[in-house]
Amino acid sequence: MRTRTEQFLPFALLLPSIGFLSLLIVIPMVQALLLAVMAEGGGFTLENFQRMVADVNFSDAWRNTLLLLILIVPLQIVLALAMALLINSRFRGHGLFLYIYAIPLAISDLAAGILWLAVFTERGYLNSTLQSAGVIDQPILFLSFDNLAGILTAIVIAEAWRATAIVLVILIAGLQLIPRDYFEAADLFGANRLRRTVHVVLPLLRPSLQSALIIRTIFAFQTFAVVFALAGRNMPVLAGEAYTWYATNRNEHVAAAYAVLLLGLTIVATVVYLRVLGLREAEVQR
Amino acid sequence: MAGITIDGVSKVFGKTPALKDISLDVRDGEFMVLLGPSGCGKTTLLRCVAGLEQVNGGRIRIGDRDVTDLAPRDRNIAMVFQSYAVFPHMTVGSNIGFGLRMKRRPKPEIERRVREGAELLGLVPFLDRYPAQLSGGQRQRVAVARALVMDAPVLLMDEPLSNLDALLRLQARADLKRLHKEVKRTTIYVTHDQVEAMSMGDRIAVMREGSIEQLGAPMEIYDNPATQFVGGFIGSPPMNFLRGAVRDSSFAGDGFAVPMSRSRADLQGREMVLGVRAEHITIAGDGIPARVMVIEPLGSHALVTVLIGKTPVKVQAPIDVAVQPDQAINLRFDEATLRWMDAGTGSAIPR
Repeated sequence: MRTRTEQFLPFALLLPSIGFLSLLIVIPMVQALLLAVMAEGGGFTLENFQRMVADVNFSDAWRNTLLLLILIVPLQIVLALAMALLINSRFRGHGLFLYIYAIPLAISDLAAGILWLAVFTERGYLNSTLQSAGVIDQPILFLSFDNLAGILTAIVIAEAWRATAIVLVILIAGLQLIPRDYFEAADLFGANRLRRTVHVVLPLLRPSLQSALIIRTIFAFQTFAVVFALAGRNMPVLAGEAYTWYATNRNEHVAAAYAVLLLGLTIVATVVYLRVLGLREAEVQR
Repeated sequence: MAGITIDGVSKVFGKTPALKDISLDVRDGEFMVLLGPSGCGKTTLLRCVAGLEQVNGGRIRIGDRDVTDLAPRDRNIAMVFQSYAVFPHMTVGSNIGFGLRMKRRPKPEIERRVREGAELLGLVPFLDRYPAQLSGGQRQRVAVARALVMDAPVLLMDEPLSNLDALLRLQARADLKRLHKEVKRTTIYVTHDQVEAMSMGDRIAVMREGSIEQLGAPMEIYDNPATQFVGGFIGSPPMNFLRGAVRDSSFAGDGFAVPMSRSRADLQGREMVLGVRAEHITIAGDGIPARVMVIEPLGSHALVTVLIGKTPVKVQAPIDVAVQPDQAINLRFDEATLRWMDAGTGSAIPR
């Protein structure tokens, strides 16, 4: 017989986390949902969503967000995977690489954006370096409003630099969870490095790849600070529009509608990843 | 088909020597067991042959090919890992065929040989299952099948039975022995279980602290241990040891004296250890006095632990032996089976 205290102990131990999550996540989320479906003067309405969709910047923001997602996430996964496999091969000094790769993690995204602005701006490091090297005569306007490709490239580079390390850390943790016997068995049974990676390491890394993809996709939907620092209003994105509607247009309802849209997109992406990359029931070790 | 020649191999981990100048010839088709307590270097030696560890000195040849500097995949070997290392994301069939796929064999050949391997190990009904759906014994057989279908002349096994329960281990032991008779691969088998070594090996290399203590056929090692360590490691129960010294025509120690028939002038006064196995001691009307401590009936026979002086000694007695704990009895040693070792070095003294 379990005593009453024992029965309630698990719940009591969960209580602080539940309280914390409610206060910081559940309550604001419900508030945002309510804001999105409430009219200015009270009462439920879909008017906020209609205003959001009808806005001039909406389709641009939608397109830019998806474009950045498609460009940044695969690039980061591939880069992080290459870096993780490199570090996991335990060559001499591999620890140093991990520290160097992890440096951008310590920098806030706005600071990272400003840092890369200093590189790409008209009188930035890139232009002055190219000029002093005699490669160009005039500064190139990388971030001009009519140079969408330039802006996109700068944002992708900045984001890849800033956030690849998060993916790297997840993948390294995942690689270290794979028993070394599997690597050795692959070696022994004739797999070269590439085939070992493709046939053994990547499939066993699926759970970590899944986590990394989910986290990166969520953050990619929310990309804002780096875009804002590098492109200002020249490149609207969904999260940026939420901020603009709240801070500039002073309409918290439409801002909340953007937030709800992002939440929906995030959920869809997560479900897709879980379905596609999830382990089959039969593979789960008990 | 090919033998394995290990020639003066040494291996150091940091500053700790794991293998000290080991030389060992494994004959073509032979089942060689590396036996020893944990940390003796037996697994390290196997991994050096596999190429999973680089040697610090010496050469390893398979057949007439020097493989010392080759990658594992180029050595033409197959291996069964202690953990099995059966890939959890592949079905049993894909696991068995993994090596063949990596070697880019034609598809019909892979299918045929996977089928053959599965038949050999009774895995046909499980070909489409995932390892997580199998029992430990089945997973072990998948690992063996994956190694056998490779058709590599050399098969390496690293304690393949240690993760099975006792009953299954007995069965798997016999199965592996039968398989070896059928496929006749040159095999190196690592184990810490002396029963496995005795029952399976053509020859056994008993290892201790990075060196081979004794190499020989199982019964040779059992009957004539080269050192006190080997005698104490092989056999269940292990060999009994009594310390003493030769005085005139007998070997005498704490509470006992054994007559030595041939006068060995060269051994006079020498401190020695007498080694005698439990089955070579009989309870008799006269002889060496001893006191019974414990009687363990084991079905086919009884194991009686007695004290000679202060030394505990195991005696194998008939199951109906009529002794009681604390009873004073007399023991007789079968003289032809007695072994002598130097008390200081533990090495056997030639008879």
